[in-house]
Formats: sequence, C-alpha cells, structure tokens
Amino acid sequence: MKKKNFASRAWLALVFTFLYAPIGVLIAYSFNSSKSRTVWTGFTLDWYKKLFHNEEIIKSLGVTLVVALVASVLATVLGTAAAIGISGMKKGTRSAIMNITYMPILNPEIVTGVSLMLLFVFAGIDFGYVTLILAHVCFCTPYVILNVLPKIRQMDMSLCEAAMDLGCNQRQVYGKVIIPEIMPGILTGFLMSLTYSIDDFVISYFTYGAESQTLSITIYAMTRRKVSPEINALSTIIFLVVLTILLVMNISDVRKYKKLARRDGI
Amino acid sequence: MNKKSRILAFPYLLWMAVFIIIPLILIAVFACTTTITVDADGNRLSEEDVLSIKEEYAEVYGEEADAELENAIFEKKVFTWDNLLGVSAYMPTLINSIWLALIATVICLLLGYPVAYIISRMHYSKQKMMVMLTMLPMWMNFLLRTYAWMTILENNGLLNKLFGLVGLGPFQFINTQGAVVLGMVYNYLPFMILPLYSIMTKIDDRTIEAARDLGAGSANVFLRIVLPLSTPGIASGISMVFVPAVSTFIISKMLGGGTNMLIGDLIDLQFLGNAYNPNLGAAISLVLMVFILLCMSITNSIDDEEMEAVIV
Amino acid sequence: MRKILSLLMTALVVFLVIPQSAAAVDSAVEIPYSDSVDWDKFKGQGMEVNVYNWGEYISIDDGEESFFDTNREFEELTGIKVLYTNFATNEEMYAKIKSGGTSYDVIIPSEYMISRMINEGMLEKINFSNVPNFSYIRDDFVNPDYDPTGEYSVPYMWGVVGIVYNTTMVDPEDNVNSWDILWDVNYAGNLFMFSNSRDTFGIALKRLGYSYNTTNEDEIKAAAESLAEQKNLVQAYVMDEIFDKMGGGEAALAPYYAGDALTMMEDNPDLAFAVPEEGTNFYVDAMCIPKGAPHKEAAEMYINFMCETLVALKNCEYVMYSTPHTEAFKYLDEEVQNSISYPSDEIMEKAEAYTALPVETTKLVDSLWTDLMSSANTNPYTVPLFLGVCITLAVAINVYKRRKKKRILLEETSVKK
Repeated sequence: MKKKNFASRAWLALVFTFLYAPIGVLIAYSFNSSKSRTVWTGFTLDWYKKLFHNEEIIKSLGVTLVVALVASVLATVLGTAAAIGISGMKKGTRSAIMNITYMPILNPEIVTGVSLMLLFVFAGIDFGYVTLILAHVCFCTPYVILNVLPKIRQMDMSLCEAAMDLGCNQRQVYGKVIIPEIMPGILTGFLMSLTYSIDDFVISYFTYGAESQTLSITIYAMTRRKVSPEINALSTIIFLVVLTILLVMNISDVRKYKKLARRDGI
Repeated sequence: MNKKSRILAFPYLLWMAVFIIIPLILIAVFACTTTITVDADGNRLSEEDVLSIKEEYAEVYGEEADAELENAIFEKKVFTWDNLLGVSAYMPTLINSIWLALIATVICLLLGYPVAYIISRMHYSKQKMMVMLTMLPMWMNFLLRTYAWMTILENNGLLNKLFGLVGLGPFQFINTQGAVVLGMVYNYLPFMILPLYSIMTKIDDRTIEAARDLGAGSANVFLRIVLPLSTPGIASGISMVFVPAVSTFIISKMLGGGTNMLIGDLIDLQFLGNAYNPNLGAAISLVLMVFILLCMSITNSIDDEEMEAVIV
Repeated sequence: MRKILSLLMTALVVFLVIPQSAAAVDSAVEIPYSDSVDWDKFKGQGMEVNVYNWGEYISIDDGEESFFDTNREFEELTGIKVLYTNFATNEEMYAKIKSGGTSYDVIIPSEYMISRMINEGMLEKINFSNVPNFSYIRDDFVNPDYDPTGEYSVPYMWGVVGIVYNTTMVDPEDNVNSWDILWDVNYAGNLFMFSNSRDTFGIALKRLGYSYNTTNEDEIKAAAESLAEQKNLVQAYVMDEIFDKMGGGEAALAPYYAGDALTMMEDNPDLAFAVPEEGTNFYVDAMCIPKGAPHKEAAEMYINFMCETLVALKNCEYVMYSTPHTEAFKYLDEEVQNSISYPSDEIMEKAEAYTALPVETTKLVDSLWTDLMSSANTNPYTVPLFLGVCITLAVAINVYKRRKKKRILLEETSVKK
C-alpha cells in the first residue's frame, strides 16, 4: 500500500511540476532586472513599478475587466431567463433549442470567432466595445444556461404552486421563489462567464476594435515583438490574487464541511 | 415550470437566431460564393479588362474618373463550389492537425487519468484543494503560459541550460512538432482531468471495496469497475481536449516556428493573415465544423444529463 | 577580399555600438514644432485618429530617461486622441482593412501594398494643403513608382533588406554577402526566415537571379522549390519575434530589415549586418489614408505631425530605419548618416523595389506560401487511425449504455417482483 502511495504521489508531483513550471518561469522573470528572457542578471522590483505607468497594459486590463463584467451580467440575465423559459417547453422543442445552445461550446472557438466576425461585417457594425461584448455574451450564455437548467430541474415545483396558492402573482413567484432557489446555479454561471471572458483570446481576436483591445490581444501583439517583463509582473499579481481568492474559498469550504461533520456527529 | 414562463425564453431565442444561426449560415454562404467583377450589363470582366477600363476612364474623365468608374464596374457575388473543392488541397494540413491533436489527446489521457483517479480517492477537503490547483494555471493568460514555454524550450532556454550543466545537448526543442504537441498537452490537460475527476468522484469507494472483498485484483478492479464507470468522463475529456487542440492557431505559431501550420492557422491566414481569402477561409471553417460535429455526435451519444454534469 | 570585408564589418559593429552615448546627447536637441498648420483646430472636440502601424515602428515611452512618446506628444499638441494598433505584415494589414469592420484613419503600408491598394481603390487622396511638411521629403521620394501621381502617400521610412548574422556563430570564411548562405547546410536549424510571403519569395527569386516582381510562373515555382529545399534548414519563420530571438543568440543568420538590424545590434554586440551582392530589396513605408476614413482631416494633421522635423528625427532615432526627411537627416549623427541605414550607391544601384503583382500572381504566391508553411511530412495512417479510434469509442460507449440499461431493467424487474 505504501509503495502505491509513493507512486501516486510521484505521479501527482510530476504532473503538477509540468503544470506549474512555466508559471514559475513567468514569476521568476518578473523579478529579473534584464529585459532579456535568456539571462538572469539580478533581482529587481522595477517591472512592478513600471507596470502601473504602462498605459497600454493598464488600459487593456481595464477593457478586459469592463467587457468581462458587462458580458457576464448580460449573459447571466439572458441565460437565466432562457433557462426558466426552456424548462417550461415540450421535450422536443427543448432538445432542439439545447442542441443549438451547445453550438458555441462544441464548435471550435476559431469557427465561432470567424462566424461572428462575418456577422458584424455583414451587419456593418464597427469593431469595438459593442462587438466584443456581443461576442463574449455569445459564448458565455450557454454556460449560464447549462448551470441554471439542472438547478431548475432539481427544484420542487410544489413550491411555486404553494406560492401561487398563497396569492403570489407570476412575477412574485419568480422573484421570491424561483430566483432564490436557483441562485447557486446563476452564480456559478456568472463566475464561469467571467472566467471564460477574461481568459478568452481567440474570439476577441476576431472581434476587437482599435479602442477595445483586451489584455489577451495586447499580450498577443507583444509576443510578436518583445514581451515586456511588465506583463510578467502583471500575471504574477493576477496569479496571487486568484490564488488568494481560491484559498479563501477553499478554507471557508473546509470549515463549513467540518462544521457539518461536527453537527452530524452530535 | 408552467407554460407562461416560456415567454422568458423569447429574448434568448431571438439572440440564438441572430448570434448562433445566422453566423453559421453566413459561413456556409461565404464558403459557396466568390466575388467577380462585372460591367454594367453583367458581363464578367478579367483583371486586364478592369485595368484597361480604368486607364481609359482616367484619360477621358480625368478628375472625375473615380466617380464615373462606380457606374461602370461592379462587384458581384456568385455561387461556386470552387472554395469547397479547393479545401481538398489543404487536406495534408487538416490531417496534420488531427494527427498532432490525437497525440496530444492521448498524452493528456495518459497523464490525466491517474491524476483524476488519485485526486478522487483523496479526503474530501484535500480533493477541493487539488482540483483548485489543477484549475489555477488556467487563470494565467494562455498566451503567456505558451510564451513561458518558449523561454524554457529555446536553444538557449532553461531546459537546454539544465542539460548543459550535465554536459548534454543542446537539443532542438522549440520549433518542432514535439513542441506544438507539448503546448497542446499543457494548455488542455486540465480539460481532461476535470471531467474525469467529476465522474470518478461519483464512484463509491464501497463498490471498489466490495470488488476487492469478492477477490478482484487491482487489474480486475480497474478493468471491471473503474474503467467502465469512468467511460463517460473519458469520452468528454477526449472531446474537450481534442476539439480545441485540433483547431488551435497560436500554439503552432509560437512553438512550431510557423512551419507546422495547423488548420486553425490556415483559417486565420485566410481571414486576418497573409493570404486574404475569406471565401476559402469560410470553406475550411465549414469543413472543420462538420468534421468536429461528426466527432461530437459520437460523444453526444452519452445522454444530455451526463454531458451537462461534465461541463458544469 | 572576404577578410577585408569581415574586418570592415567588425569595424562597423564597434562603430555602431560605441557612439550610443553620443546619440543620447544628441537627442537632447530641441526643435520647436512649426506653425505650418493650426494644431489647435480640433482641440476640445473629442476628435480621434485611428492609426494602424507596424510593430516597433514609432518612438514610444520605452522606459529610457529621455524618451519621446510620439502619440502622446501629438495628443498634447492637438487634443486629438490617438488610437494606435499594430500589424506584423502588409498582408495582415490588407486583410484587416479589406474585411471591413474597423475604420482606420492612418495606415503605414509598404510600397507594393500601396500600389495594390491604389489599384483596388482602397485609398483616399490626401489633401496636401493640410500636409505642408511634405516639402521636407527628399525629391527622389516624391511621385514614386508605387504612387505615380503622388496623391495617396507620404513616405515615412525606407531601408534595404540584408542578412543579420551572429559573428560568434558564423564561420568568417563563409560569405555573408550572398543569399546563398541562407541555403548553406552548415547552418541547418540555425537560421530564420521572414514569415511573410513577399520577402521570403523575394529572397529565393533574387538568389536564382530573377526579379522580385516576376510574373513568370516557372520562376516563381522554381523559387518555391528552392524554399521547400531550404525549409529543412530553417528553424522558424518569424517577423518581429526576431528581436528577442537574434538578441538571445537563438540562431546564426536571418534576413531582416536594416533599421531593425541596427536595433538588434544595439542589444547584442555579436550581431552584424550584411547586404548580399546579388542585389536586395529597397522598400519604402508610407503613410496613407484608407478609403472612408472617418477622421480624414485629423489623419492629415497626424501625417503632417509625423513630418515635423523633431518628430521625424525622434522616430528615426528610435526605429533606426532610414528617413526620407531632409531636415531630420541633417540632425542625425554622422555615424548614423554613414551607417547601413543609408547604404552606398553601389548597393542602391542593385536594389530593386517591389511593385504590385497581378491578382493571378498574388494568388499563386499565396497558395505556394501556404503549401510551404504546411507540414509536408504527414502521417498517411492518420485518417484511418482516427476513424478507428472514433469507432472504438462509439462501440465502447454503446456497450456501456447497453449494460447500464440492462442493469436498470434488472433493477426495475426485481423491484416489481
């Protein structure tokens, strides 16, 4: 048994080294005093200082966050409404709609990107914030629907009926019963949208305009000339922020679990 | 949910029509058309014709030539199969993409399956932590992660420096097909681990214990319990790695040195790259899409609920 | 002869590395902006100008002490906001404009692309009364072949293509003054090529003794064949990634633009630059206004600003390309004036500019280029293998589902019992 334990630990260590090696490199080079990525010339914090003066990076970070937030909110509203509506449909219509909904997820990203580019050109919309946000809503909405639908299915329908019997009108049923019931699904959908939107490159690449370059686009432009170490500094910061958020979430999760376990024990 | 609530889906249905269905129709339309130049009577003009007309007009009308030309030369879209037939010329590229994506998928499966299994057998609180650690690299920008691999793999890169310390090398890592596969494996490995994990975590420990109690060896437990129960996870893991890997278009540019062009690069090249030809690009996209959807129909034969569970 | 040449080259390297401090002193030159136009015209109107330029092709805030940020200076002077984006190749820029959806005001393509765009009616005529600084442009750059009427473009920079090489990695016995060295098997895996079709095909054509602008199918196919031969030797096809790569000593040889070569040589003193004797490409990048530009007058103001002596000088010093601006040239260091940026008449006589090719030829080159970039050594078993995997998978899933169904059926019947 011990041997097995060792083997599995070694395997995990191997895979995680593989996953984290490039990130380690990125972080290490954010402290390298030389601009070059081939030689190590000494420790510095200059890139962090310069990062806040680099308009290009700061601006595109802003664009990324604005687009991600707006797109996720829109996608969440659209997707939640859609999920509620879809679940009231007949099975045939429902599966037909779901099949189309899967398209942006199943299709290769590049095809989605290209097709949206053709659409915007065809419709004569200039590339910019609008196209970028529309495109992001397009690939985020399916994730919201896929997160909300199962929650609706799990919901006890008698709750709605009870609310109706107690005099709630349709709107109140949505606001007081359904939405709170499916909130976890909505939240997960929103967070997933946010993540995918921030990380997206391919679809943004085909739909961005001059004033709406996301961070991915800026980084792409940089990888084609010289990547400035300020970007390394930025990714180190992002990495630390995400790590902290996830750790906090994890710790509170474990606490909850322990509390539950204790209660069950008693 | 009652029937009245159906109304709520209407905005989405409209959205779906505009942003999912119409774009796909546009791709099909572009794939089957080409632009030609015609004169006012609709006769097709060759490039020389156009040039000579332009010269003639410049002489006759002088300053107003441009304005006059607008009434003499028109662009017209006509139906053609040429683009779609032309895609066959790029079959080697498609085959190459499939080949590299397949290798990457298999490596991902081999690397990821044990990881998913090991994590799923851990204590609950540890499981969460490990899943988080698997997800975390995906939060770094994918271009930067790939760029970091450049730093590692280059001729004067970290890996070769390490080898140099023990007196080996230097080896050519970067700008090879191997580097492209590595980039794919690296970027899509979490997509393999997560669905596998979410299926395996549902395998009850007691099932395995029961099998052992009934005298099954490790190999038997794996072959008859774990593997069959995790098949849906394998299927969705494979599709979640294979689809993005086969259509990727930056990894090959950054790690493959531009010589290992994949189908994604080819599409990029036609739309925003060095060989502007959106009609051909649309045709290639169409072929790629049909191909992927065919592959997906296999994994889709797992019912929808499981699919949802895996994606969520 | 070779020895003398390599000596000369080393001398040139030393020459170019040392006078940096001198250049830094010189860049303190203050030249006031001319009042040739009313810079304040658009102040406070929220005007924008959308500029689409090559990467690394303008002076920016690079963290050095005495930086000159062209776009910020323009914004401060005129109150017009500059939206600035980059492209890596002419063809990419062309695709982006042709596909529509983005309205640029100023673009900076190379000469052959300019004439192609003029032919296709993609450029707007510039109102030269808004660009009085055009008078500074050298006479031989006025009404050039690519824009015979001179109505569409204002030259920005020019230069020649040559070979950048790493003196520590190239055998001094080898002749860097010939394109042949890029086909030398001794440098297998040790050289880069352009990742744009025009420059790469150009080198192959010139090496075979053909014109850059040939429309002869056989000649182009011969070039494609020799490029296919060369492909095994080429480590990667790159554009501006070359700065990092040559700077880091990733390869021994790479053809590139003279101005960029100077930038690379600043970073890595081992690098040197040579112009092959077979002849080379002489290119001009010029500022144009694409058809339908929404802010044409602001664009003209921007172009005029770029032709301000101070701006032209700063950009020229930063980019290190050759300037067609007569006044800015005078302010340059003598070393720079004599450097590879301003090649001798001997080189210029043999240099040939690209012209726009007919559509048929462009299509041929594009498809040959795509073939070249695609991997040739594909595995013929891929498709059957892939189908095999798919079928196995389908069978596995079916078996799994059937078993599950059976189990559920069994359970149900047992419950019923």
